[in-house]
Amino acid sequence: MNKSELVEALAGQKNLTFKKSEEVINLIFDSMAHELARGGRIEIRGFGSFMVKDYKAYMGRNPKTGEVIKVRPKRLPFFKVGKELRERVNLEEPS
Amino acid sequence: MTKADLIENIYLKTGFSKKESDENVEMVFDLMKSNLENGEKIKIAGFGNFVVKEKATRRGRNPQTGEEIEICSRRILTFKPSQVLKSSINEE
Repeated sequence: MNKSELVEALAGQKNLTFKKSEEVINLIFDSMAHELARGGRIEIRGFGSFMVKDYKAYMGRNPKTGEVIKVRPKRLPFFKVGKELRERVNLEEPS
Repeated sequence: MTKADLIENIYLKTGFSKKESDENVEMVFDLMKSNLENGEKIKIAGFGNFVVKEKATRRGRNPQTGEEIEICSRRILTFKPSQVLKSSINEE
């Protein structure tokens, strides 16, 4: 499912116009992205949590050429799935 | 940030009542959860993708005791952040 399918699903469930539903979905993901951009943590009970990890600069290699390069310090977002969702995802027998 | 902050933000910016804002936010996460439960991925442009992966059975060890155990096949959920999200996190 992509964002516009999620917008349609919300509109259908809550009897909203596509536009209004889109506004809700955009606000949710925009404010989550904004929170992560300022280094914050997000916790959605029953779904999971998002956090930002800091990485120091290190010497790495270009895997193609073997050339040694300096990797600059960076931050990466991480998601940790919540207990409820982790169990629900695993319920169905893998086919 | 918690779900309550997301609800408050929807309430302040959309004209929905507190109750409606709460129900809308809950519904969004419920829809995402059911979708993932069915093994289907979710792609949110500008944010990232949630993908359900099948892990095969493998032999592992209890790191505490060294005892060899079988780790059953299972399904796990992974999140791959979009390039847009990664760059915005690295902007100073």
